[in-house]
Amino acid sequence: MIGVNRQGEVWVFAEQHEGRLEDTPIELTSKARRLADTLGVKLAATVLGNGVKELGQKLIHYGADKVYLVEHPLLGHYQTNSYAKVMFDLIHKYEPQIVLYGATTAGRDLAPRIASAAKAGLTADCTDLEIGDHKAQDGQLHKKLMFQIRPAFGGNIIATIINFDRWPQMATVREGVMPMPEPDVKRKGEIITEQVQVNQQDLPLEILAEHKRPKKVNLKAARVIVAGGAGVGSKENFKLIWDLANCLGAAPAASRAAVDLGFIDRDHQVGQTGTTVRPSLYVAVGISGAIQHQAGMSQSQKIIAINNDPDASIFQVAHYKIIGDLNEVIPRMIKTIKEKGFKEPTTIAGK
Amino acid sequence: MAYNCVVLIKQVPDTKRITGEAMNDDGTVNRSSLPAIFNPEDLNALELALQIKDKFGGHVTVITMGPPAAAAVLRDSLYRGADDAILITDMKCAASDTLATSYILSCAVKKFDYDIVLCGRQAIDGDTAQVGPQLAEKLGIPQITYVEELVELNGKSITARRNIGAGWQQVRTHLPVLLTITSDANEPRVAAAKKMMRYKNALTALEVEQKIKADNSGANEGDIKTLIEHKYKELEEKGLLIKQWNLNFLEADLTWCGRSGSPTKVYRIQSVVLAAKESKNVEPSDDGIADMIHELIDDKTIA
Repeated sequence: MIGVNRQGEVWVFAEQHEGRLEDTPIELTSKARRLADTLGVKLAATVLGNGVKELGQKLIHYGADKVYLVEHPLLGHYQTNSYAKVMFDLIHKYEPQIVLYGATTAGRDLAPRIASAAKAGLTADCTDLEIGDHKAQDGQLHKKLMFQIRPAFGGNIIATIINFDRWPQMATVREGVMPMPEPDVKRKGEIITEQVQVNQQDLPLEILAEHKRPKKVNLKAARVIVAGGAGVGSKENFKLIWDLANCLGAAPAASRAAVDLGFIDRDHQVGQTGTTVRPSLYVAVGISGAIQHQAGMSQSQKIIAINNDPDASIFQVAHYKIIGDLNEVIPRMIKTIKEKGFKEPTTIAGK
Repeated sequence: MAYNCVVLIKQVPDTKRITGEAMNDDGTVNRSSLPAIFNPEDLNALELALQIKDKFGGHVTVITMGPPAAAAVLRDSLYRGADDAILITDMKCAASDTLATSYILSCAVKKFDYDIVLCGRQAIDGDTAQVGPQLAEKLGIPQITYVEELVELNGKSITARRNIGAGWQQVRTHLPVLLTITSDANEPRVAAAKKMMRYKNALTALEVEQKIKADNSGANEGDIKTLIEHKYKELEEKGLLIKQWNLNFLEADLTWCGRSGSPTKVYRIQSVVLAAKESKNVEPSDDGIADMIHELIDDKTIA
């Protein structure tokens, strides 16, 4: 654990696999940039790997002032212990005030291991981060803390978590909740090469095999999303969702209930346990609107909800409420759209 | 070889069943209005431990930290086949965050000669998935998180398949190890009727005390004390006393427990009120839908 270090930098752990940066740390950079500016300190990214030098420049383009580059043959593949050890050493060397990680599988595997070793605080799966002051019960004012905002209790409450004494303030941040920044190739920054000791004992795991399955659909990038729920009724009837999505050039998606019922693959799931999306238009068809689902789509700019139950909670977040039978409403929508001269069918990845 | 498994479980409010009534006016959750359940993925962790025991022999110990009422999930574990159950309960555990919780649990796990420590991937009340890795660090052992299949156990070597988000990874390591288990790993067995008959009378020390006091409300203090002592002995002989440990027994350093051991503090809790700023009802008729589509085209929501 390090103490309160107001001069400390803001850090983002720039997760990479096989030389490719994950999306989440890049998304995080835009938010981290603002945190660093508010605090008046530098934003740094840490990259661990082997042969990943060129990622440093990329991270500077995305907004980092500094990049700590750690290369070692034994860091070529992510492993909990080796990565945790290196991050722990870097944290003790530079004493950043904030360290952020993407809430990816690796991020959620790594960050708690570091937090435990560093005896520092860690908040999981944040959806937002802010800087604010806190007056403690003993009357002491803690200025410019990182407010770590996250849903809890299955998304039913939003908790703001702070850590005012055992720094760094660390958090993992959920995928897709922060917009991807545009790279600025003119940005300049400093790349610092770090020498570290890593040995075989730091690699207790042997990776025997790995199978990467590319996601069949990129919901985060979709401008329009048509999502179906249990109310669609059957896998056969889910064709309506595909059809409407096709003629809108939209990505087809689903609630957890529809995925659990086997209507569509899990890659299409929107919600707390699926993908968080923020499209221009979200069409929710036969989705009751459990809070877990709303958590993943309520930031859409426009929401159309179609449901035959007037009390469905999805209507609370909808801009357009259509109380009616989806089997009649969707064909009418498709008909109107086609009359307006939309090109179809648009190719949808994964169909 | 036989394996000693320690399974960490948690009793959680059933967050899937939260309704408006479960929210207090100040935005906090009224936990008492929600049914308390066995954290779902902890059942998968217990199931995996029981499968290891079925196949190789050994011992399954279940540990939970929580209020006295958490004894319910320990009894449930015994019904399903656990050999031993331990409740860590102490007022000084209150307000523990994941770091303090993992420290307290590590003090308990260190009392055992274990081969495999198993946890559910995450608990449904906090969804942090942090206690498993933090506990592994405190025990100084490797972790395999997001386990979806135990592929092989051979002597001191373990091979498991873990979910890595978009795909999977097969890894091998040496025991002892800590695993966090996902719901894909198995289908948890149900309680066995015979075990239920046997363990329904299993009680923690506190429960014994409460029961004796309730059953003998008129008796004097000395008599009650004797009755309690007697009952303890009886249950212990029958293997029905659920061990109840406090921080003193664990020889835990109080600095790292409860509020003082928790760097993260709750600053604010808000209930989720999601509402569209402006909304309109659309008739499910041809005209109603056409108007809506035209509006969306006009404001360039759809191109």
